[in-house]
Amino acid sequence: MKLLDNTFGIHAQSLQVKSRRLELLAKNIANADTPNFKAKDVDFKAVLSATRAQDSQIASTQAGHFTQADPLTPDGEKFRVPFSTSFDGNTVEIGVEQAQYGKAASDYQATLSFLENRIGGLRKALRGD
Amino acid sequence: MSIDHIIGVASTALNAQITRMNATASNLANAGTVAGSAEEAFRAKRPVFKALMNEEMTNAAAQYVGGVKVDRVIDDATPPRRVADPKNPMADADGFVYQSNVSEVGEMVEMMAAARSYQNNVEVINTARQLMMRTLEVTKT
Repeated sequence: MKLLDNTFGIHAQSLQVKSRRLELLAKNIANADTPNFKAKDVDFKAVLSATRAQDSQIASTQAGHFTQADPLTPDGEKFRVPFSTSFDGNTVEIGVEQAQYGKAASDYQATLSFLENRIGGLRKALRGD
Repeated sequence: MSIDHIIGVASTALNAQITRMNATASNLANAGTVAGSAEEAFRAKRPVFKALMNEEMTNAAAQYVGGVKVDRVIDDATPPRRVADPKNPMADADGFVYQSNVSEVGEMVEMMAAARSYQNNVEVINTARQLMMRTLEVTKT
């Protein structure tokens, strides 16, 4: 659906990345008391530009051609650098994670509103009133 | 879809925190028990958490990957207190009883920490649920 893809623009991919980030932050919060657990986060900018790049990938027409390596693996996750260390080797700082989770949730809602507007516009155009 | 993974992951954490709370309750209940020897004395129980890193470890569905489980329960290594109490029927030949090594204050702190962690994960589920409902409403505009 080229029309839908063009209508939604960056927001469809952005929604996916944001929901994955929410999941990752939920994992951090779940493991706040696990010894030796290392908190992870998604580098949103890097992942989104990588997702965008996949659409405009160089076509490989022969077996010898290089294809662009997938820069997303594994999911663009990076370890978080903690402000302070703890005795049990856990790098989850619950305050930081809560703040990030709240921010990620509102980011997700922002993307949803953008999508809503796009759909609303499309609907108006189709209905013609 | 990752939003329902969030609920799965947070529910594993709720489970783990409840186990921790249970251990604390058991420790507090046994804080006053005495025994006739150091080996028989009650020792405080501590659950050790472990992250569920892949599907094999969860022996359930993929939605729990990244969550947490209780790996094992260990005994607190602090030696039990040896108290002279010759009138106690549990006393050994020298008139000593061995009290449990539970620290009541420590257990109360542990209980509060477990309750806070539980609340954190409940909030995570609430937020995820709101986002899910909001996503469903996108098409209604």
